[in-house]
Amino acid sequence: MRYSALGVFWHGLTGNKGWKPVWRNPDPKPHYDVVIIGGGGHGLSTAYYLAERYGIRNVAVLEKGYLGSGSIGRNTTIVRANYMLEGNSQFYSHSLKLWENLEAELNYNVMHSQRGQVMLGHSDGQMDMLARRGNMMRMQGDDAVLWGREDVRKHLPYIDHENARFPVYGGLMHWRGGTARHDAVAWGYARGADMRGVDLIQNCEVTGIRVEGGVVRGVDTTRGHIGAGKVALTAAGRSSQVAAMAGLRLPIESHVLQAFVTEGLKPVIPHVVSFGMGHFYISQSDKGGLVFGGDLDMYNSYAQRGNLPMVEHVAEAGMALMPMIGKAKMLRSWGGVMDMSMDGSPIIDKTDIAGLFLNCGWCYGGFKAVPGSGDAFAHLIASGNHHPAADKFLLSRFRTGHVIDETGNGATPNLH
Amino acid sequence: MSRLAKGGQIDRSQSVPFSFDGRTLIGHAGDTLASALIANDVKLVARSFKYHRPRGILTAGSEEPNALVGIGTGDQIAPNVRATMQEVYRGLAAHSQNHLGPLAYDLLAVNDLMAPFFGAGFYYKTFMWPKAFWEKIYEPLIRRAAGIGALSGVEDRAAYDKAFAFCDVLVIGAGPAGLMAALVAAKGGADVILVDEDFRMGGRLNADMQEVGGKPGADWAADTVADLAAMDNVRLMPRTTITGAYDGGTFGALQRVSHHIARPGADLPLETFWRIVAKRAILAGGALERPIVFPDNDRPGIMLASGLRSYVNRFAATPGQAVSLFTNNDNAHQTARDLQAAGVRIAAVIDSRADAKISGDFPVLTGASVIATKGRKALRGITVQTASGIRNIETDCLAVSGGWNPSVHLTCHMNGKPVWREDIAAFVPSDGAIPGMIVAGAAGGDFSTHAALKTGAGAAKAVLKDLFGKAPRITLPKAEDAPGAMTPFWHVSGGRGRAWLDLANDVTTKDVVLAHRENFRSVEHLKRYTTLGMAPDQGKLSNLGALAIMAELTGQTIPETGTTIFRPPYTPVAIGALGAHGKHKGFAPERFIPSDALAREQGARFVEAGLWYRPSWFPAGGETHWRQSCDREVNMVRSSVGLCDVTTLGKIDIQGPDAAEFLDRVYANMFSTLKVGRVRYGLMLREDGMVMDDGTSARFSDTHFVMTTTTAAAGQVMTHLDFCAQVLWPELDVQFISVTEQWAQFAVAGPRSREVLAGLCDTAITDEAFPYMSCGEVSIGAVRGRLFRISFSGEHAYEIAVPARYGDALARTLDGAAKALGGGWYGMEALNVLRLEKGFITHAEIHGRVTADDIGMGRMVSAKKDCVGKVMSQRPGLSGPEREQLVALKPVGAVKQFGGGAHLFNEGAPQVRENDQGYVTSHCFSPTLGHPIALAFVKNGHARIGEHIRMKDYMRDIETICEICPPVHLDPEGGKLRG
Amino acid sequence: MRITCPICGDRDLREFHYRGAAKLMHRPAPDAGDEAFYDYVHIRENPPGLNRELWFHELGCRAWLVAERDVTSHEFKSVELAAEAKRGAK
Repeated sequence: MRYSALGVFWHGLTGNKGWKPVWRNPDPKPHYDVVIIGGGGHGLSTAYYLAERYGIRNVAVLEKGYLGSGSIGRNTTIVRANYMLEGNSQFYSHSLKLWENLEAELNYNVMHSQRGQVMLGHSDGQMDMLARRGNMMRMQGDDAVLWGREDVRKHLPYIDHENARFPVYGGLMHWRGGTARHDAVAWGYARGADMRGVDLIQNCEVTGIRVEGGVVRGVDTTRGHIGAGKVALTAAGRSSQVAAMAGLRLPIESHVLQAFVTEGLKPVIPHVVSFGMGHFYISQSDKGGLVFGGDLDMYNSYAQRGNLPMVEHVAEAGMALMPMIGKAKMLRSWGGVMDMSMDGSPIIDKTDIAGLFLNCGWCYGGFKAVPGSGDAFAHLIASGNHHPAADKFLLSRFRTGHVIDETGNGATPNLH
Repeated sequence: MSRLAKGGQIDRSQSVPFSFDGRTLIGHAGDTLASALIANDVKLVARSFKYHRPRGILTAGSEEPNALVGIGTGDQIAPNVRATMQEVYRGLAAHSQNHLGPLAYDLLAVNDLMAPFFGAGFYYKTFMWPKAFWEKIYEPLIRRAAGIGALSGVEDRAAYDKAFAFCDVLVIGAGPAGLMAALVAAKGGADVILVDEDFRMGGRLNADMQEVGGKPGADWAADTVADLAAMDNVRLMPRTTITGAYDGGTFGALQRVSHHIARPGADLPLETFWRIVAKRAILAGGALERPIVFPDNDRPGIMLASGLRSYVNRFAATPGQAVSLFTNNDNAHQTARDLQAAGVRIAAVIDSRADAKISGDFPVLTGASVIATKGRKALRGITVQTASGIRNIETDCLAVSGGWNPSVHLTCHMNGKPVWREDIAAFVPSDGAIPGMIVAGAAGGDFSTHAALKTGAGAAKAVLKDLFGKAPRITLPKAEDAPGAMTPFWHVSGGRGRAWLDLANDVTTKDVVLAHRENFRSVEHLKRYTTLGMAPDQGKLSNLGALAIMAELTGQTIPETGTTIFRPPYTPVAIGALGAHGKHKGFAPERFIPSDALAREQGARFVEAGLWYRPSWFPAGGETHWRQSCDREVNMVRSSVGLCDVTTLGKIDIQGPDAAEFLDRVYANMFSTLKVGRVRYGLMLREDGMVMDDGTSARFSDTHFVMTTTTAAAGQVMTHLDFCAQVLWPELDVQFISVTEQWAQFAVAGPRSREVLAGLCDTAITDEAFPYMSCGEVSIGAVRGRLFRISFSGEHAYEIAVPARYGDALARTLDGAAKALGGGWYGMEALNVLRLEKGFITHAEIHGRVTADDIGMGRMVSAKKDCVGKVMSQRPGLSGPEREQLVALKPVGAVKQFGGGAHLFNEGAPQVRENDQGYVTSHCFSPTLGHPIALAFVKNGHARIGEHIRMKDYMRDIETICEICPPVHLDPEGGKLRG
Repeated sequence: MRITCPICGDRDLREFHYRGAAKLMHRPAPDAGDEAFYDYVHIRENPPGLNRELWFHELGCRAWLVAERDVTSHEFKSVELAAEAKRGAK
């Protein structure tokens, strides 16, 4: 059913009894053209674009828990296209353009809010790095403005301009950056895929990938064997394990990233703000909670929970940058498991096994990538060719040295 | 006045004036804000989150979803403080929240009329057209209506602290189970910490009328607390909430140190955030009463029965004069009797059970339920459905009891999933959910006081046996042992009006029905779609009710429907407390160079360099712009002599028979061939083949080297060396230690540098004794130091090092000597110009993505030996014309400025990413050359010397043509260095 | 999280630096070839249960440690000095 303001009004008058299920609960069929492992943002968007753009509708998305139970519902909801290096730059630029039309395309309000995202700089060297990044964004056709001290003071009057340990020199403002309602993105794509005939199968864990003679044949699941012409992996957080079912070994470690939200507060932080000298970034949700986060806990983990040292560091960094948030109370903390790749950039690629496709290594850039990743992955699955916006995300780059290392930290996943 | 004439644990001799929304009221010592408001007949205390419904006080605990207020004055008002947890003090200023206009006449209450259209998730279905309206109109409207309290936008000036504590046994909760557990554990010799979120320990014993050990429960609690306080091995922490359970027996705890004090001393923090490390923990957090859901169950005056008992028994304040109760259990009948004993009239007891056995001198309706309520700003009456028909009852307070939910929250923090217990229709903690933690009392589903005492003692004994192998014998005090019968009754079906589940987030039963209809049926979907349980109480009062309704709709049992996981913190914690000491300069250590005092005396402007403060420039007479100072300092170095404190460079003392072999393995180039008394530039790679750092190493003997690193990478290099020595090659006999702090080191640079040193050192500083790239020990008076003839400026230069305690003295001595020759100090700005003129690199260039080849040092990677990073540096993608290689740029024509981070394009090519040729890493104005210069990475740059290239800086709006040139502008043959 | 350093005893997580899989102890021979180094530097088994991994007591005794830890429960099973483990392995 189509959603509209008029619909909300009409159904409201009739007791909201006319709304229909947003997706079906189908039983798995014996065989699909494409089986997607993982019903998170990337899996659901891949399914949607396969059906919508490539006419491939005999598709199943297998999810071991509930739809959107992974990082799509655990992130800090930031959407941006502010990368410095070729490969990332064109990809996130493409993804942002898809975001900008997502609500119209999906007929679902994902509350994409282009409120502006600013990265602050705290030294001349950092300002030059921000300028390099901002220039790349402009060269890619995206927006970026380099703010000086006075600009920051004008737009962010609440940060510590007087006594900061690391004074703010300026910042890089990306006005098209912002946030979106994370769960709604999963639901919007799920609804769109379901409407186009994709089977979304929840509580269905993949236990094996069948490969015969170098060709993928299907998957074994907790709900039986499901045959497949092609199998696509979108199980970030668990990529290593799922890939291992097909004998693949990945340049990935799983790490936990914590995120935090405060109690609801009246609007006080209009933009998304990132600190340049500590691990802290923050925005305010439409419900009023300050949503903030920082760095990984640093150790490998599959536990979806973290420990106090990073909680405290993030809060300390927050107090260092904007001591006005001291009286805001942290309501909830949680952890998500990240596929941390060896250069901090993702992998969208074919594999040595015919019909088996890989989409992983999103580190903590996965949320904003959801539209672009789904589109590019669907393109690869459907055509066998790399999408031009994602043709640098090859698994082979670690062998050849064509790594895409935004932080310059090398093969140390927890530092990306 | 609702204050009862007698009873309660308040001090009637102390009257405490406070204000609510500007109105002065009187409470007593021992009151919470909530109890004092009740005593002053204040019913309406807040407006709800979404629909701005009038709300009153629902509970007497930290789970309170309604009575959130602002506390404080001016720009320091703390938002969303639970009135139920805030103690009153003289002058306390409380403010209601979330209304436009006065609390009683909130204009935003209009939202309530729109409720049919504002159901769960309505916003996902609308506000999509036209597109531009979202950020400009719809979203700002939603944002302004949302939120509860407010921040002022001004710095939080409160002081917060942090602390660690360690113990054998942490007892969480000081009700009967916790007190008993602490007492037994302490008597058994364990170090005990007992925490409770209340300011008065005792838990329900303070609020319920019952006897323990032959005396009133509250008295037994007070006596036990006094006994514990007298024991050396017990630390009592009232006003402290365990916020989270973490790995390794670590618990987070928030202590509200001075929230209850009118004028705390300057030495008291507002709050202290504790990290408590406990060998064992006993969770005795009790249980939370759960509501029954019925139409219009959110009116001020409707509260939980346990809250009502607290107010009447503990605070001697009654929320109503004609009180009714709605219950599904025996427990609430005790409430009615308590109230009657306190002289409060009982309008009716409505029990959902047809077979309820009730005695009491008040009207009882069994098999009945409340189907409607009236009274907008305060409850006036209820409508009850009984088997025989409908009855209207006048009442100004309705107490509700739907049974009890054990406080499982902490046991979920490490992924533990609570398990369902059918007999109590509640979730209880799963065994072993937190390693080392045992659950006792109501938290484990044992609801009688006797059971609490027994399981508390039992838990302590188990812990003692586990830790010490024995436990003392104890006799339990006598207490009530009737858990009370209960028949699950979650919600009243039908009826008009909305039935509220999550009062904090305004979620109704209709929202759950809608979520079911739209197939958001998994618990997490339900929660995320309706926002149930996402509000300040984390769904403590509402989650189970919602699950029960979803279970009815799907035909499943509650445990089949699922449980929701509670996340830390147990109750919200101020960021200021978690981030204590992060404000201002407290965020990171400050490192000061040995010549810091001298530089400040000379008026130096400082800059942060990592954790260090380094002089940026030294303004001399009349100079008003940093460039004037910088240019002068550069000229000074080039023409006479300049001094610079370079103590910040990482210094690592490396010794042992295998020291040379070790350096050969960690540096790309060879060090075993370095002669004693000589210094060599070294390039260090990461194992992936990229450059990690550069620096010099000096050989003082066959087995002794002193390595320097860059300031930026000092820590990283030290960690790397430790890794190499311990993890890769423990067979090498080499030892090293960071001596960065131990040695003060100064660069003395310029054609007259030798003259400065000649007068200082007792050794002759000749080209023979100290040729370029040599080192040796020298004496400066009685002080033994080290002298290195190295240069980062391109000039004849030295670095002289003395033990750090002589740094200031040496700086002052050098200062005098240099100034006598027309020299002086130079700062980071001049240092940067000097190195750029000479083409030296810093981490602006070696930023982690460059190879030795990229920076023109490919030949330094020795072919004769292995080193870290050698194999991977030979990957095909790391060489060839596609690589960006280090070059310098100089202007073509009159160019005023280069831009750091500007990108480079071939002339005539559109300036888009596809045509990117590279970027500028560092730049400056060179006073020596009289024009700007820059270092840049350019595709195939080494082969393009002499070509023109266009520099474009979108950020600073600069565009210019440059010539690609070799990095070294000055003295390429190095004559100055050697001369 | 607490780690029992063989030298210093039971210490808080914040004193430690994490490096990752203990396979990094076994650097290939210089002539082992590109594939061996690719595997060493980039490939991780990353299993969801017990892992052998390298920790560094950076803000303590500066010993590199080899720990066995379950990355699903975060529970440590053993901690030993990396240098001793390396010597023992030879």
